[in-house]
Amino acid sequence: MLELIKQPWSWWFSGIMISTIMFTLIYFGKTFSFSSNLRTICAAAGGGKFVNFFSFDWKSQLWNILFLVGAILGGFIANQFLSTGEAVQISQNTIDDLSKLGFAAPIAVQPEELFSTEALFSLKGFLVLAIGGLMVGFGSRYAGGCTSGHAISGLSDLQVPSLIAVIGFFIGGLLMTYVLFPLIF
Amino acid sequence: MKFLKFLFAGTVFGIVMAKSEAFSWFRIQEMFRFQAFHMYGIIGTAVILGVIGVFIIKKYKLRDFNGNPISFFSKEKSVVRYLIGGTIFGLGWALSGSCPGPMVVNIGYGYLSMIVVFLFAIIGTYMYGIIKDKLPH
Repeated sequence: MLELIKQPWSWWFSGIMISTIMFTLIYFGKTFSFSSNLRTICAAAGGGKFVNFFSFDWKSQLWNILFLVGAILGGFIANQFLSTGEAVQISQNTIDDLSKLGFAAPIAVQPEELFSTEALFSLKGFLVLAIGGLMVGFGSRYAGGCTSGHAISGLSDLQVPSLIAVIGFFIGGLLMTYVLFPLIF
Repeated sequence: MKFLKFLFAGTVFGIVMAKSEAFSWFRIQEMFRFQAFHMYGIIGTAVILGVIGVFIIKKYKLRDFNGNPISFFSKEKSVVRYLIGGTIFGLGWALSGSCPGPMVVNIGYGYLSMIVVFLFAIIGTYMYGIIKDKLPH
């Protein structure tokens, strides 16, 4: 059993699990919406004193912060106890495309070129991570949700705004991948 | 103690993100290059089951564990904020290879550079809060 769990999980089992997590939160009277935590953290850090948007009862969102802490713990458990340590099995076409941009084939989960300590302490490497994070944080709040809030929760409820947001996710993602990546890397 | 179940749900979420490889920059690149079904399969399965489940909840007016009716709130109607906000999010998603959930899963997994990505995501959200009223919604 443990050997089976240690293998990379299939898309269908992973999809079932994500859906189960969403319905578990719904059953507990909450919603699956991860990026709300970013706003909660701004509020908990005292942002409400300066910016109205962060002036709300953030303590009502503590359950979601606990969910976030759990996610960190889950990552730790997955690495320590449930991993075989093998590289991500992406398609050969992606490996070929990425090699043209200077990325080596995967030897783990993330590319060394972006996530190694060396990369972090180079100007370009730092800017890539910082600007990437900045856009995710800004965009998710502007759009009112991220992958969990829109692509999973919103689409499950057949919400048109969520469909528009997901279309936006792809416009941005394709623009970055096909237009900006060749300029950046 | 009443929060313990959310800690547990989050832990399962973290394990799922890691074991599905959805928290890998490589998988996000593969998705945006349409070179594998993997990510579409994950999101597609979750959405199809989600649609069925939400339909059942609404049809049979199911209640949550407190006995309250489960209600779904419609998001406010607009195009601009979802399209522009979504596009900015997508740019960041492809660049960092991570949306907010997988960022913290990566931190737990040992990719400490993700702390920087996550801190800047918080700053990005704060910047949105500052200029929110000047943006088209």
